[in-house]
Amino acid sequence: MIFKRPEGLTNTPWRYCPGCGHGIVHRLIGEVIDELGIREKTIGIAPVGCSVFMYEYFNCDMIQTAHGRAPAVATGIKRSHPDLICFSYQGDGDLAAIGTAETVHSAARGENFTIIFINNTIYGMTGGQQAPTTMPGQKTTTNPYGRDTRIHGFPIRVCEMLATLDGPVYLERVAVNKPVNVIRAKRAISKAIKLQVDNKGFSLVEILSPCPTGWGLSPKSACEYMDKVMLPYYPLGVFKDLIK
Amino acid sequence: MAEMKDITKYKTGEHILIKGNEALAEGAVRAGCRFFSGYPITPQNEVPEYLSWRLFEVGGTFIQAEAEVSAINMLYGAAAVGTRAMTSSSGCGISLKQEGISYIASAELPIFYANVMRGGPGLGNISPYQGDYFQSTRGGGHGDYRVIVLAPNSVTEMGNFPYLGYKLADKYRIPCMVLADGLLGQMMEPMEFKFDWVDINKLPPKDYTLTGCKNRERRIINTLYMDVNILERHTWHLYQKYREIEATEVRYEERYTEDADIIVVAYGTSARVAMDAIAKARKQGIKVGLFRPITLWPFPKKRLLELTARSSKFLVVEMSIGQMVEDVELSLQGKAEIYFYGQPGGIVPTGDTIKNQISKIKPVSDVSDSGTQKLNSQSKVIYLNDI
Repeated sequence: MIFKRPEGLTNTPWRYCPGCGHGIVHRLIGEVIDELGIREKTIGIAPVGCSVFMYEYFNCDMIQTAHGRAPAVATGIKRSHPDLICFSYQGDGDLAAIGTAETVHSAARGENFTIIFINNTIYGMTGGQQAPTTMPGQKTTTNPYGRDTRIHGFPIRVCEMLATLDGPVYLERVAVNKPVNVIRAKRAISKAIKLQVDNKGFSLVEILSPCPTGWGLSPKSACEYMDKVMLPYYPLGVFKDLIK
Repeated sequence: MAEMKDITKYKTGEHILIKGNEALAEGAVRAGCRFFSGYPITPQNEVPEYLSWRLFEVGGTFIQAEAEVSAINMLYGAAAVGTRAMTSSSGCGISLKQEGISYIASAELPIFYANVMRGGPGLGNISPYQGDYFQSTRGGGHGDYRVIVLAPNSVTEMGNFPYLGYKLADKYRIPCMVLADGLLGQMMEPMEFKFDWVDINKLPPKDYTLTGCKNRERRIINTLYMDVNILERHTWHLYQKYREIEATEVRYEERYTEDADIIVVAYGTSARVAMDAIAKARKQGIKVGLFRPITLWPFPKKRLLELTARSSKFLVVEMSIGQMVEDVELSLQGKAEIYFYGQPGGIVPTGDTIKNQISKIKPVSDVSDSGTQKLNSQSKVIYLNDI
């Protein structure tokens, strides 16, 4: 067999929309769990949002948390049992709106866990409302005329913001809209979790991810939209890497 | 063993002089707490301050969190991996923790926490108050759940309740809290630890904690049940647990209730002061007793009702405008006269003040034209503050 489901994932069918990026990222994390051989000591943290059901999809111990609180839960887990490997998986509303304090302070403390941050510029599960990362001009169900920065403010660039802190050891923004980016995304996830295994400290990988349903685009044009609109605003790259 | 003696700090039964908040903190460590996260708030600051060095001594973790919301979620994580975890706060901080407590209650994880009550609502003040009875005994956060509430009235109980708290929390997989107030937290008095140092390595293993799925099926800690039938089953399971706790874990203290015509019902600091009032009233020949609920949930409803066989008048004293009085009213089922005296503001009533309230009550019912009876016909509870 040359291609199979990673051990790190269960065989539960995913309930994601066609063209959604969650499935790709789940698969990448599953592969990394296998490659690092950490499945039996990994605790995954499910957020609130479309990916809340990931506790059914990952074949390791899982905990589901309140909206935005995953980094606090991860802190409790890792400080109690530093030998466990802990990653949280959070969307933009979860991480950069309601959970901003938890994100910033766990990064500032340099907690030794990994955040996989999915930025798709929208609240998916609740029906497509404005997120803290929604693009200027982007229409959502809570700003039907498009995000007007004079009224709704500006999107938050999480990696850039966290890079001002001394706590994080590794911050990178990647995307999953085309194969070359997916390969880079996996490399970043692998590096982030490996740093945790080596007790190096806080790591976060921001993954720009398509939400065709929320954006009102076909899966193909959603990926093109990312290149055209999202990437210029959210440039890909490494924003912090203390352990080169 | 020399090293062991160093860690345990105090011998069981050894008399020490210590502040209530510090007794609570030391008692928690002694009972096996190895994780604390919290946020500063008066009048409980001695708890985190003490634990910031004490947990370090015993190899535990202390984190000053960025907010109460984060602090309680750190407990969620710590309890999920099997650590005896604790937080403490005062009412306004507990308000922020209620979200996390609701999740922990649903996930059925054992945690221990304390509310050292201050004045409220809003920012209130930092003086002893008993205004968080509803917040504590009604679950407080969202959803259909309960937490066990222990109400100490001495520094000895502040120091010993963490042991009981962790025992109950583990036994029922439920959050268990201590409801104290600023006076109990801040005062010093002689106390002793009545339980031996808990060796955390000898605690029974838990079959639900997340430890990594080596050689076993993966475990999931979850509070989401999209299927209404599964959430219904989960909630009935919680219900069964709560009924069992109500049947077996009720705790209270009685003084002079055997011959009492009037029974003062009070908890915590109010109960402590009430004892002075009762002593003074008894010197004047008024037969007064004390009923002190120690578990505020489960509330000792059954025993209170039994006491109506001998006593027909109950005086509820609270440092608030009246919260527990509603539970007393429910418990007594209209079989006795209920009087209430409240002292809000963050003021601790004196023994004389409570004694004066006792004197307002006629020990034997007089159905003639007393003002008391007139009020009684309008309201089940007679508010002595109005008389």
